[in-house]
Amino acid sequence: MTTQEWKFTAKDMAIKPDLFTSGHRACAGCAPAAVLRLVMKATRGPTIVTQATGCMEIVGSIYPYTSWNLPWLHTAFENAAANAAGIDAAIKIMQKKGKMSKEHIDIIALAGDGGTLDIGLQALSGAVERGHDFLFVLYDNEGYMNTGIQRSSSTPLGASTTTSPAGSVIPGKLETKKPITEIMLAHGMEYVATATPYYWKDLLTKVRKGLEVEGPAFLHVFAPCPRGWRSEPSKSMEYSKLAVESCIFPIWEAVNGIRQLSTPSKILQLAPQKKKPVKAYLEGQGRFRHLFLPKNSHVIDQIQSLTDARWAKLLKQCETATN
Amino acid sequence: MTAKVIKQETTGMNGDEAIAFAVKQCDVDVVAAYPITPQTIIVEKFSEYVANGEVQTEFVCTESEHSAMTASLAASATGARVFTASASAGLALMHEMLFVTSGSRTPVVMAVANRALSSPLNIHGDQSDSMAERDSGWIQMYVENAQEAYDTTIQAFKIAEELDVSLPALVGLDGFTISHTLENVNTLSDDAVKAFVGERKYPMVTTHEGKQVPFKLDPANPMTMGPNVAPAFYFEFKRQQEEAMRNALIKIREINAEYAKISGRSYGNGLIDAHKLDDAEVAIVVVGSTAGTLKVIVDELRSEGVKAGLLRIRTFRPFPAEEIKNALKNVKVVAVMDKSMAPGAQTGTVFSEVRNALFDLKQRPLTTSIIFGLGGRDTAPRDLRKIYEDLMKAARVGQVDSLVRYLGLKE
Repeated sequence: MTTQEWKFTAKDMAIKPDLFTSGHRACAGCAPAAVLRLVMKATRGPTIVTQATGCMEIVGSIYPYTSWNLPWLHTAFENAAANAAGIDAAIKIMQKKGKMSKEHIDIIALAGDGGTLDIGLQALSGAVERGHDFLFVLYDNEGYMNTGIQRSSSTPLGASTTTSPAGSVIPGKLETKKPITEIMLAHGMEYVATATPYYWKDLLTKVRKGLEVEGPAFLHVFAPCPRGWRSEPSKSMEYSKLAVESCIFPIWEAVNGIRQLSTPSKILQLAPQKKKPVKAYLEGQGRFRHLFLPKNSHVIDQIQSLTDARWAKLLKQCETATN
Repeated sequence: MTAKVIKQETTGMNGDEAIAFAVKQCDVDVVAAYPITPQTIIVEKFSEYVANGEVQTEFVCTESEHSAMTASLAASATGARVFTASASAGLALMHEMLFVTSGSRTPVVMAVANRALSSPLNIHGDQSDSMAERDSGWIQMYVENAQEAYDTTIQAFKIAEELDVSLPALVGLDGFTISHTLENVNTLSDDAVKAFVGERKYPMVTTHEGKQVPFKLDPANPMTMGPNVAPAFYFEFKRQQEEAMRNALIKIREINAEYAKISGRSYGNGLIDAHKLDDAEVAIVVVGSTAGTLKVIVDELRSEGVKAGLLRIRTFRPFPAEEIKNALKNVKVVAVMDKSMAPGAQTGTVFSEVRNALFDLKQRPLTTSIIFGLGGRDTAPRDLRKIYEDLMKAARVGQVDSLVRYLGLKE
């Protein structure tokens, strides 16, 4: 991977034609749709996209229309990485045999948190272990939103979903988020990073870096869902910022296992007083509303202490890396 | 016949090896597979070809059969010629993707070394695995021996890739009985196979701009494959698959005949393979290797003056109903043998389809369903002979003993 820094300017990005075009049927305020558009802005040449079943697959491919201005394949829910594997194998051998032009083709696999952390984890792990050349982008809206807001292993502690509803006895989801990036780092991947659409230049740069890797790369993108989160559609970008500022979702990148905080999170390391309490992030999201009842205040305390502990651990992981 | 039968080499191979050898000769681009008994020899043998540089094929050892079928589909959608192989639980794990592969019209070829399904666990041969996938939209052809496994694998690529077919094709071989049994197999030269199968062709589709482009993932011609299709269009997609199956009925016959010209070998008309059926009073209908033993029994009975016949169904999907109807119309009593079980269906799967095909005849044969060989239960020649004897008795008295019988069951 080169160390080149790409300059993605707002002007250039406005000029570059959209590859995930308007006309799709995503809801107002859908951050995953914004993420997809941004990811496609960072492509560098011929690209094939494959996508797991989910909201973002549905909204862009309603026959006979399509929002995809590049070759695109959907086959099922649990296998975006296996699709990428098949495409990669075909390109490699057909280019070798002269059955296809030798020009490099990037492969991007897109999946939500269900298609990545849960039902899609096996195919992802397998494809990464085999070293296929593709960028896997997880757009994480923390639940199965396409089927009606059910819990996933990426749904955070305390969140109310239709299968982890806040009831009179149980205050929403009792388990914490599965640490997907740690799992992917444990595969020994050359490039693993986290991003949110609020810091769009950072996101674009990370997509490009992931594409530059000759082999598998993984990008975890935080993507608020107003329908599923019971939040204001106008606030999706604000939550994408607050998640970073509260250290709920720190942004970083790891190149060959060497982890470094990205600037917005780095600032919080240098100026800890700027770190916002998790309450600032939880407030206004309907899925956490019940936590603000006096009887559930301990859950907010728990989220705060878990967030602090994870942040402290991350700072150490970055420290170890730089030493 | 204008073409000359090509000089061939005779090699000792089991069914699995014969298939691996055929795949090697078909210039396959991608093989994506996961090992399972009794299919393992196919992927092991092919891995050797890869390791020794004898093939130009990208071999993807996936982490599951689900991913094997997914990667096969995706590679095929990218334009590659693709092969995979599985059996039993592996095929069952592929179930979801079998429908997606046929619906995506990607001509993947798969060998299935037919094996029993759990539970209880059993690694031995029966046809429950692929019979359970009869509605998955795959062409299904079942072979009688290792020679036919070789020949049919070569034909399968040509059939699947025919432009008005464009469907995936499954080659079924009885686990162990064919997959692991050493036989003499005559093989064609690499060049002859290459010329017979040819390069993969692609159906042309019209873009929204009116441009004709090949149906595959290609950055030069962006195409959305595997879209979300509402009730207003879904039905039409499915109807087209049935049309493709109808076309396959014709192509399988043609390719069987074309292959005979270069190899000297054909299998009935490609769809069904009849043995001494023309004047038969009683007949057995069967799928797979049991036909080999049955031919010997039929010949024995014929020498004793018994008018016995045999009909082997080679192509189960598309189901050659017309051919079967015509072949059996003058037979008095027919037994249909199923090497699989459909609990609750009352009779065997093949039986119900054969009887369905016979229903429109003015004078229908009497029919009886025989379930046999489950989990590798041995079927002895004397058991098969007894079936014919029972059929002759039924022909005399004008009725069959029972609708369904379990051959060789300990009760």
